[in-house]
Amino acid sequence: MRRSGPTFWLAAVFLGAILAVAILAGWVAPYTASEQDIARRLQPPGLGPHLLGTDEVGRDVLSRLIYGARISLLVGVVAVALSCPLGVLVGVVAGYSGRRTDDVLMRVTEIQLAIPTILLAIAVVAVLGPGIRNVILTLSVTGWTLYARLTRGETLGVKQRDFVQAARATGAGDLRIMARHVLPNVLSPVIVVAVFAVANMIILEATLSFLGLGVEPDIVTWGRMLNGGRLYLSTAWWITALPGLAIFLTVLAVNLLGDYLRDWLDPRLRNTLRGDQI
Amino acid sequence: MSVVVFALVHFSGDPVLLMVSPDAPPDVVATMRQALGFDRPLYEQFARYLGNAAHGDLGMSLRMNRPVISLILERLPATLQLTLAALVIAVLVAIPAGIVSAVKRGTVVDRLAMAGAVAGQAVPIFWLALLLIALFGVRLRWLPVYGSGSLAHYVLPAVSLSTIIMGRLARLVRSCMLEVLGQDYVRTARAKGLGESRVLAVHALRNASIPIVTLLGLQFAQLLGGAVVTETIFAWPGIGRLVVEAIFNRDFPVVQGVVLVVSLIFVAVNVLVDLFYAVLDPRIRTEPA
Repeated sequence: MRRSGPTFWLAAVFLGAILAVAILAGWVAPYTASEQDIARRLQPPGLGPHLLGTDEVGRDVLSRLIYGARISLLVGVVAVALSCPLGVLVGVVAGYSGRRTDDVLMRVTEIQLAIPTILLAIAVVAVLGPGIRNVILTLSVTGWTLYARLTRGETLGVKQRDFVQAARATGAGDLRIMARHVLPNVLSPVIVVAVFAVANMIILEATLSFLGLGVEPDIVTWGRMLNGGRLYLSTAWWITALPGLAIFLTVLAVNLLGDYLRDWLDPRLRNTLRGDQI
Repeated sequence: MSVVVFALVHFSGDPVLLMVSPDAPPDVVATMRQALGFDRPLYEQFARYLGNAAHGDLGMSLRMNRPVISLILERLPATLQLTLAALVIAVLVAIPAGIVSAVKRGTVVDRLAMAGAVAGQAVPIFWLALLLIALFGVRLRWLPVYGSGSLAHYVLPAVSLSTIIMGRLARLVRSCMLEVLGQDYVRTARAKGLGESRVLAVHALRNASIPIVTLLGLQFAQLLGGAVVTETIFAWPGIGRLVVEAIFNRDFPVVQGVVLVVSLIFVAVNVLVDLFYAVLDPRIRTEPA
């Protein structure tokens, strides 16, 4: 493993802090996400009751950033937690079964890969309707192909190995071989890709919220905050700049942790850059 | 692919109800449903859709009452121009940055370029677009912030869009060049006295180009997807904006048509990339099938 440098620790501490703040939002946020201080609307960041300023209706930007972190992290992690097992299942079955099953499953995967992720996501969420559950479902639907392709490739290699042949010779069934022998040996690259995918999902959720297709209107998200500040770009830059900065730093921290995890778990992936290219 | 886009429309509810006024009598709705063929079984509708799509007929827009294909063809050139402009910017920045990083491996220049690339991969394009508007459009007033027309209109949307692939491309160029620069033929080229720029451009970059071209082909879909966001922010008259408007108007035949056309473009680009391999590496041409 690459020696953990200051970048790793910075990223880890930042993510830890964001996670803690998101979980403890009710205690650490100075105000609620919807509390309005009309007398102090459009206040710039600075010392005073609103450290990071207020938005167009006097809501505290810092508090909204804290509550927004909950949704960004929740959606990112849950979408990956749903899409990853689905993709791994498809990939292992395709790679292990071979022939017609492999052909069918990989054609389905390729078809979905031909549709740009964001276009597919907005089309699906438009059909399902906005809402946190639908956004998570949409992101899961768009994300599984990555794992399917990766796991299938890994399975093709693993199934030729001696221990799989030995298991087959001892009479183990296909299901048992896939679950007990193939799956544990293809998981390292999957974990690495899943970490990078959390970052992608955070951006995708923010994009959907920005386009007005995200979670329910009464739930604060970084993407929605950013969209809300668009009209005040010239007079109140902080409403747009700060949520964007939060997304940028969180995604950057997740990607940096992913880089270290990749070097540790699966150095072969080093030259393939981030997981989304595998 | 057609199944996916067809399913999108039919999961969204009864298309006829979107075309008539909310208080339309049931017999009017039924007549319309029959006239448009929405009363037929789904497999029959799908077969008809496929047959029509093969002839370039993607149905009618529910809101604009115009053929979907003409709406798409009207807007497609603007999207392709924007996407190609973004691709050119990404290539012009990322390839030299990747090469310099590889050649100056471990130096401050390498670290700075790669830090920029990593940061570039984390920037949400809609945020970058808004920051660029705030700085170059609103504060400095150097560039137009919406619409299309002149060359200046391309700058902000194309720059924001290009960041989708720029960081990724720079990192790939660096790692491919590092691999190639250690090869014997590069050492031979240097030993026979070729200038460094010729060694890099002709001997190293050309041999490193297959994964780079592959990435560009695969990322073309992401650029077309990113155009949805960029066009919405910059009011660019392309199919990205068309599809967002169609989603808000629940005009699903347009959404379906755009998804289908974008997917076909992606497939076509990747076929071209496959053909281009033979130009880059003559061994591919001579390999037996």
